[in-house]
Amino acid sequence: MILESIVFYSLAVVSVGSALLMVTRRNPVIAALYLILNFFCLAGLYLTLQAQFIAVIHILVYAGAIMVLFLFVIMLLNLGDERKLSDAISPKKIIAGGLSLALLLELLYIFATGTQGLPVYNADQALQVGTVEYIGKQLFTKFLFPFEVTSILLLAAIIGAILLAKKKPD
Amino acid sequence: MGIQLYLYLSAILFMIGVVGVIARRNAIIVFMSIELMLNSVNLTLVAFSAFLGDVTGQMLVFFVMTVAAAEAAIGLAIIISLFRNKQTVNLDEINILKW
Repeated sequence: MILESIVFYSLAVVSVGSALLMVTRRNPVIAALYLILNFFCLAGLYLTLQAQFIAVIHILVYAGAIMVLFLFVIMLLNLGDERKLSDAISPKKIIAGGLSLALLLELLYIFATGTQGLPVYNADQALQVGTVEYIGKQLFTKFLFPFEVTSILLLAAIIGAILLAKKKPD
Repeated sequence: MGIQLYLYLSAILFMIGVVGVIARRNAIIVFMSIELMLNSVNLTLVAFSAFLGDVTGQMLVFFVMTVAAAEAAIGLAIIISLFRNKQTVNLDEINILKW
């Protein structure tokens, strides 16, 4: 129990810290690397929740595919450091910051008060749900239709990306 | 270890993503903040799935990841074609849809 708390708090602190560093870095490459660190922490948190399959595909898809794509694009565009991190503080930004702070407080309030009736954590049950075997079985029986529709979505994304990124004949 | 801790963490991560989208003007960093927000929601879904012993949350995470992969491909293609036309990824200078 103590060990679980230590793992959770260390992963949580590193993920919040790397997320903060990600939004404040001027250089997009460094921001992308901090985001990858954040993704690894999230994968560790999924493992503490016994979701093995999700943890593995999270690393594969996010750190392995999406962030590599981001890094390729950043290096392709050859962006330098931003001159200033963001514009001077305008009234619009102050209102936006206040509203987002209000959103955070609302979320924390709901999470603190609205989760009373939930069952206590049962590691064996969670372990049974998170395995590759169980998820695969569910994916190809109960969730077969959304799984097949996903392929159409990915096809549309491939065609769209090629159409958008190719040179226009002029 | 209560579920609240995971939910608080995901709320804080979501918030950092929102601030990134609002405050930064680099299109790529705004895009990465959106990925951060998607991931914080995924953490909520996995936490609920584990605490309720129900696989539906993890299935939803699976589909969110698919949509995020498609979104990253399309979004980066849009950023590349914008950069080709305007030589910038600063969102304040990209205002061709502004009326």
